[in-house]
Amino acid sequence: MLDKVGIAKRIAQEVRDGMYINLGIGIPTLVANYIPKNMNVVLQSENGLLGIGPFPLEKNIDPDLINAGKQTITMMLGSALFSSAESFAMIRSGKVDLTILGAMEVSEMGDIANWKVPGKMVKGMGGAMDLVASAKNIIVAMQHCSKEGASKLLRKCSLPITGLGCVKKIVSDLAVLDVLPSGGFKLLERAPGVSIEQIKNATEGKLIIDGNIPEMKLQ
Amino acid sequence: MIDKRVLNSDEAVRDIPDNAVLMLGGFGLCGIPENCISALLRKGIKGLTCISNNAGVDDFGIGLLLKTRQVRKMISSYVGENAEFERQLLSGELEVELIPQGTLAERVRAGGAGIPAFFTPAGVGTEVAEGKETRVFEGKTYLMENWLKADFAIVKAWKGDAAGNLVYKGTARNFNPMMATAGNMTIAEVEELVEVGELDPNEIHTPGIYVHRIFQGANYEKRIEQKTIIEN
Repeated sequence: MLDKVGIAKRIAQEVRDGMYINLGIGIPTLVANYIPKNMNVVLQSENGLLGIGPFPLEKNIDPDLINAGKQTITMMLGSALFSSAESFAMIRSGKVDLTILGAMEVSEMGDIANWKVPGKMVKGMGGAMDLVASAKNIIVAMQHCSKEGASKLLRKCSLPITGLGCVKKIVSDLAVLDVLPSGGFKLLERAPGVSIEQIKNATEGKLIIDGNIPEMKLQ
Repeated sequence: MIDKRVLNSDEAVRDIPDNAVLMLGGFGLCGIPENCISALLRKGIKGLTCISNNAGVDDFGIGLLLKTRQVRKMISSYVGENAEFERQLLSGELEVELIPQGTLAERVRAGGAGIPAFFTPAGVGTEVAEGKETRVFEGKTYLMENWLKADFAIVKAWKGDAAGNLVYKGTARNFNPMMATAGNMTIAEVEELVEVGELDPNEIHTPGIYVHRIFQGANYEKRIEQKTIIEN
């Protein structure tokens, strides 16, 4: 099984040289730490920055420079700043190559639910609906099951939807899976020490197992 | 040059009445009009509708206006980090309309650009789409969203001049430039009010035509929500 860092490390392997990437809050933010140093990628922050750099040293903190999670950040050389309207213009028009975000549920048709749990406090969708509606490639970082053991990879989402048919790939604590355009979770890799049986038991939606499924390799 | 200067925040907000629709710039606590929020607190007007990406925190930003029950309705994309907000929402004292962030930004932009409606893919198939017109373009479904305008737009910039030209700093820009365009009356507070001619016309973010009142703010706290650092 993978912990949060493991999930982030595995997702980092999906990053390619030259990509513009939007990272969601939580595990997706950790992905930045594991992108190979020889790769040139640009991280987009929905609040108006291309070129997110590392967190600052104490002495370099600038309250006018934060990421979407409201954390203090720095800028890389060659950064650009812009308004929220321009930020979502580049997101909607498909200029961002890869979006990595968390999910509470994903359906076998690639629907995602990650913004609202009815009956609990609703904090809002932030930029999630805009991102999932437009991103060319969406990878979801998530736990395969809830704490109570219920599958979160479902035939149909039970929670309010954030976007329809948009998730392309899932990296969970148990597995890497593609969401096929025709429907279904195609198992690609198992997390270290996880059996196919475990993944079957943890996946309520249609699971497609084709041939030998290798164990994932992590640095 | 048309001189837009007013003395201070109290003069800037002097004629905002009860039940006004306001836009307030900022993302989280970054780039919020701190001085005008304090002036609204002092003025004590009630029944406000606040269009703002977030609702501040319990003891800062719009959270201060929530505590004094001056806000009737919030129109926002994300309203976490605020316990008093949650209490008022659950008790029904406060009305909230949640809008996807990009849609919020574009609705404000549209309001300031004379575009009554536009189509966006955000929210298709979700509860955001309920009751809204959809249309298919090039095989994909889009949702019609209307412009947003305000009686008063209150923005915060880094530098400005008497002509109302504004320059923002870092990610404190966020919603401020669009909101500046969408107010029937736009108030800008700036950290530095510079002499006319000091700002390079090539680098002005908000042209002065959008700004009706400008003043240099004081005592900016610029509170940080999530201080995150690395050790050497």
